[in-house]
Amino acid sequence: MPNEPAPNHPAVQVIDVVRDYPRPRTSLLGPTPVVHALRGVSLEVKQGERFGIVGESGCGKSTLLRLIAALDRPTAGQVVVEGTDITTLPERRLRFLRENLQLVFQDPMSSLDPRMRVRDIIAEPLVVQGHPASGERVRELLEAVGLSADAGDRYPHQFSGGQRQRISIARALAPRPRILIADEPVSALDVSVRAQVLNLISDLVDELNLTLIFVSHDLSVVKHVCDRVAVMNAGQIVETGPTADVYAAPQHPYTQRLVSAIPTLERALSGATTTDLLPSKGETA
Amino acid sequence: MRRLNPSLVAGGVIVGVIVATALLSFVWTPYDATFVDPSVRLATPSWAHWFGTDKFGRDVLSQIMVGSRTTLFVGVVAVGVAAVIGVPLGVLAAMTPRWPSELIMRTNDLLLAFPALLLAIMFGAVFGASTLTAMVAIGIASVPSFARVIRSGALQVMRTEYVLAARAAGRKPFPIALRHVLPNVTSLVTVQASVSFAIAVLAEAALSFLGYGTPPPTPSWGRMLQESQEFLFSAPRLAVFPGIAIALAVLGFNLLGDGLRDRFDPKLEDRR
Repeated sequence: MPNEPAPNHPAVQVIDVVRDYPRPRTSLLGPTPVVHALRGVSLEVKQGERFGIVGESGCGKSTLLRLIAALDRPTAGQVVVEGTDITTLPERRLRFLRENLQLVFQDPMSSLDPRMRVRDIIAEPLVVQGHPASGERVRELLEAVGLSADAGDRYPHQFSGGQRQRISIARALAPRPRILIADEPVSALDVSVRAQVLNLISDLVDELNLTLIFVSHDLSVVKHVCDRVAVMNAGQIVETGPTADVYAAPQHPYTQRLVSAIPTLERALSGATTTDLLPSKGETA
Repeated sequence: MRRLNPSLVAGGVIVGVIVATALLSFVWTPYDATFVDPSVRLATPSWAHWFGTDKFGRDVLSQIMVGSRTTLFVGVVAVGVAAVIGVPLGVLAAMTPRWPSELIMRTNDLLLAFPALLLAIMFGAVFGASTLTAMVAIGIASVPSFARVIRSGALQVMRTEYVLAARAAGRKPFPIALRHVLPNVTSLVTVQASVSFAIAVLAEAALSFLGYGTPPPTPSWGRMLQESQEFLFSAPRLAVFPGIAIALAVLGFNLLGDGLRDRFDPKLEDRR
């Protein structure tokens, strides 16, 4: 049974990972300027855990995800998935990862090929990995994400943002992965459909016994879905802990600001505005 | 319902008329385009000869009709050569790592800096002046612009999340190129083909004018222009008719290219 989780190993381990990107040269002879996207990140996600990563845009969240999915290589450090070190593994030996780890991306406009029928988009991982891509499986997946079976005949532009994200989720689940990575899956959606898509992800993760790594800039979204959370700032993890604890009693000043930025009814009623969130009154950023 | 844009319609109509004329010339022309009738030399336009006759008494309208075949044939082959070489090069340059990509693009720039007409004349000198040499030379000269445009489009596609998703599903680079990159740059290829076609039409006329293109007696708009030179003052219409034909063809393909570009503009995508 290929879907049996390997015992005793954490789903994902990231050990002291550094990722630097060279920037275009600014002078002919000087050294190439470097962007430090990740500066020594370590984390561990257990089997079946729902792990959240929170941080503002540009803090290295997406870089971290790409490294975990072996779509990019770290400059230093190790990424271990289900006990296998994937850091230096060549693409041809990553088959287990391509089957067991799938991603849902942020922008449902850009994450579905506009020239492919939904049916082919969902079946793509199956076809690539040599599984029989039966129409039956595609219909089953469409149904699982709450779309009608005839959706498979249409093109992505004929769907709304929320529906497209459902298609993305169906594609990610097609090869029966054990680990699902969601990169800001609801931040490009209308507020009205966010809860639906979040609940869908949450339900499917429960039903299929998946390990979830959920990335967002919005702590309240993460709180809704995840058991544990890591807070990232400027390429480093500043705080890790159970979501409820981090939410209720943030330790790191950055987390405290993040939590205080969550709009609540009380704050709105007491007349707080966004300007109150700026670190101005004698406080350092 | 999408609004039709005027350049697309105008370009489509002009190109349509030229294609129809070329097709018609296979089954019917007023006279045999190469038939020499000394009794009607340099005749002015009349009901018998709508566009008049040239210095040998050949019917100008018939020559222009048959000449449109040459023009279209040269355009199709030249654009075909350019696309078949240029599109894969562009995609390759977008998908390979830094060094091979740089090599392709710098070589490309080198060819881009080389005047197309000079290349064609060189080809003519080496392989002999013929329609085929002209077509291939014009095609090769159009490769760099194809490669450049397609590379930029392919780079955009490579940055999309659906390519990332395909990689995460285990797709290898070659299938990604076939399944995702190529289908998503077809609009660019169409636009570039149309614009290159206009350039090829002009280049063919210039080459034939210089004697490096289609050899006599096959009618060609460029050579008709050249033959009309000596009568520029006595019978200017001999230059005017092929001139108009060339101008219309170039205008038509350019308008079509512009129209297609607007049609495929991603900002208008939502209206689809």
